[in-house]
Amino acid sequence: MPYPVTAVENCEEDVESFRQRARVWLKAEMPLRDQYAGKERSSDDRWARDRQLQATLFSGGFAGICYPREYGGQGLSFAHQLAFTEESLSYEMPILLNLPSLAICLPTILELGTEDQRRRHIPAALRGEAVYVEFLSEPHSGSDLAGALTSAEADGPNWVINGSKIWTSSAFAGDYAMCLARTDWNVPKHRGLTMFIIPVDHPGVTVRRIRQVNGNSEFCEEFLDDVVVGPESVLGEVNGGWAVAGHRFYYSRTALGGGNPYVSGDHDESVAQSRGITVGGSRDLAELTRELGLTDALPEAVVDALVMETVRDQLARRITGGIKSGALPLEAASMMRLFHAQTDWACVDAGLRVAGGYAATGRPGARVDPGRFGEAYLFRQATSLGGGSTEMALNIISERVLRMPRESALDVNVPFREVRRGRCADD
Amino acid sequence: MAEHDEGLDRSWWCSCAELGWTTLLVPDALGGGSVSGSGLLDLAVTAEVIGQHVAPGPFIPVNSLITAIVESPRREQYRALLDAFIDGTAVGTWAAHEPANEWAPTRPRTRARRDGDRFRLTGVKDRVEYGAQADHFLVGAELDGRLAQFVVPAGIPGLAIEPVWSLDLTRPFATVALHGVVVPASAMVTPPETALAAVERQCQIQLVLQAAETAGATQAVFDQTLRWVFDRYAFGRPLASYQAIKHRMGDAVTQINAMHATVRGAVDAVEERTSVADRLARVASIFTHTHAAEVIQECVQFHGGIGVTWEHDLHLYLRRVTVNRAHYGTPEELRRSLCLSLAV
Repeated sequence: MPYPVTAVENCEEDVESFRQRARVWLKAEMPLRDQYAGKERSSDDRWARDRQLQATLFSGGFAGICYPREYGGQGLSFAHQLAFTEESLSYEMPILLNLPSLAICLPTILELGTEDQRRRHIPAALRGEAVYVEFLSEPHSGSDLAGALTSAEADGPNWVINGSKIWTSSAFAGDYAMCLARTDWNVPKHRGLTMFIIPVDHPGVTVRRIRQVNGNSEFCEEFLDDVVVGPESVLGEVNGGWAVAGHRFYYSRTALGGGNPYVSGDHDESVAQSRGITVGGSRDLAELTRELGLTDALPEAVVDALVMETVRDQLARRITGGIKSGALPLEAASMMRLFHAQTDWACVDAGLRVAGGYAATGRPGARVDPGRFGEAYLFRQATSLGGGSTEMALNIISERVLRMPRESALDVNVPFREVRRGRCADD
Repeated sequence: MAEHDEGLDRSWWCSCAELGWTTLLVPDALGGGSVSGSGLLDLAVTAEVIGQHVAPGPFIPVNSLITAIVESPRREQYRALLDAFIDGTAVGTWAAHEPANEWAPTRPRTRARRDGDRFRLTGVKDRVEYGAQADHFLVGAELDGRLAQFVVPAGIPGLAIEPVWSLDLTRPFATVALHGVVVPASAMVTPPETALAAVERQCQIQLVLQAAETAGATQAVFDQTLRWVFDRYAFGRPLASYQAIKHRMGDAVTQINAMHATVRGAVDAVEERTSVADRLARVASIFTHTHAAEVIQECVQFHGGIGVTWEHDLHLYLRRVTVNRAHYGTPEELRRSLCLSLAV
């Protein structure tokens, strides 16, 4: 698979003058950020607010910096996006729209969609009018995404989709979903999948929110009952859904590990929000140490977390650069995914240690509540599960980067309908 | 080389110097220069290759002394000495450690006292790399309550050098005692006004070069281990086919890529003297030296019993990496220093 280059590399305005222009505009148009105040808002309010902020960015000419101009973007380079992000850090930004909408779904549509699909979906998303989510995992198959059981049956020119999906980030706030469904059960599993773009409020789609251990409910499950969509909703080729998934994997790994040109604004915050994580990065840890009066020296655990964050970003630069130059295969992005989880573990563990006794009870009246770090600890493993488990990442790294022998699989060269999907009665 | 009596083959070192190992940090005007335009990057690449081959040679010590001269406001007075370091005919080293566990190159206990227009130096430096082979020592000392650095020639009266045991078979160390060594005023290469910045810069360069060397050594061990797990069969299949080993190799290659990445990040920052150069150099060293030995020990594990024998080369790499971890600030010492400097 070639490196998906959609960001424009040549542009008229140089990065520094763009940065100056962005600085002036941000100061005039965007509200200042209060990291902790924003978290008090209800989820629905925050989504409405972020759509509004996105509309403001769009009218100011700062939405979709790396998207081509013909689809409502700015047609600028990743360097411009990075400059904008740096300038934007003290302001409120539509962070919720980054993942998966603007950084994973829309780039995949930009890359593989028809002209009609691009025009229909990209400008609306950049204006803040449409939000995109992903219906990928299923109750039966988590990391084994290609084992999807949701089916799409042809009915004349239309498709009828039935099945259920789970672990969907923020489906309740989405307008459209990229949905992976099986369109041919008589071929091996990777060859019978198709990706659809379906409206979330379409008849037959039921969305239910799932409550997480940290009290948030950013994840959802969906039930699809006779959902009828037209041929224009197929993204890529019929039975070519796995290739589409491959492209979205690339964007997802770079979005999580760093190096995705379509993320605008605070990267860590974007990832945290998409995971329903409330606190955790080294900036939060620094706030916590201040709150607890640990001002003589940072605790070692916090420095360890900071070291990991620094190296995580440096690794992202190395891997994305290596993939771009061809020195590394596309699957090397899994190293970023793995390292990202390890970094989060370091941060979460540091939070628990620094919060000390107050991790258990919180501290009433604290601006940065140590109790949130205790709660974050309960949710620790989410980072190594969501977006494909770290075990999957290790398989990919060892098999695709190091070329070690593949795990034997009993579901590869057989028609999917013959694949065993559970324990049989005679076992 | 390991059992060479002198610990340093001078004609071999001169041929290393000919390859440019000693010119990369020196500006063109002083007889140096680099091919890529980033001398430190070239030097880091060299360090990586040195690590891959566990090559001997006073590469980091000589470049530390060269840094001190290049950064000195008095650099013009040191042209002849610099030329000798550049062509390899003289070998120098930074006597950076003192007998204590704490790494504190900006707070030496060695004293410098004025003696007419000369200085008298008293103190002990230990764990001095190539201490018994060096022709010149860079010595940090306290002068009137401030830091200064002196270049002290070997063989000067009052200087006692005692070679010590070294974990690394190809990297010798010595204790260097200064019993009232008298040097001329011109020996003060770094006056107090620029001393903190100079030592800070020497530390940064040393940390990134050492981390680069460690990353290279770890990469070499990993590469040969990857070949080994394909070659070695157990229960009728190659070790490489076991998921338990695949996952650990996947972890290891990610760690190694992260080491290369953090070295590169630090090299760029130190080369451009950005405001985060100091932090990034420490981060690179902390990360690399925390994980390199872990990765190598994993590789020893995959090799089985042969991995803990003298016969296999693995121990040479483990020695180099363990010595690098111990010198010029352990990860624990560097972490503590970041705890203090980053306190909110």
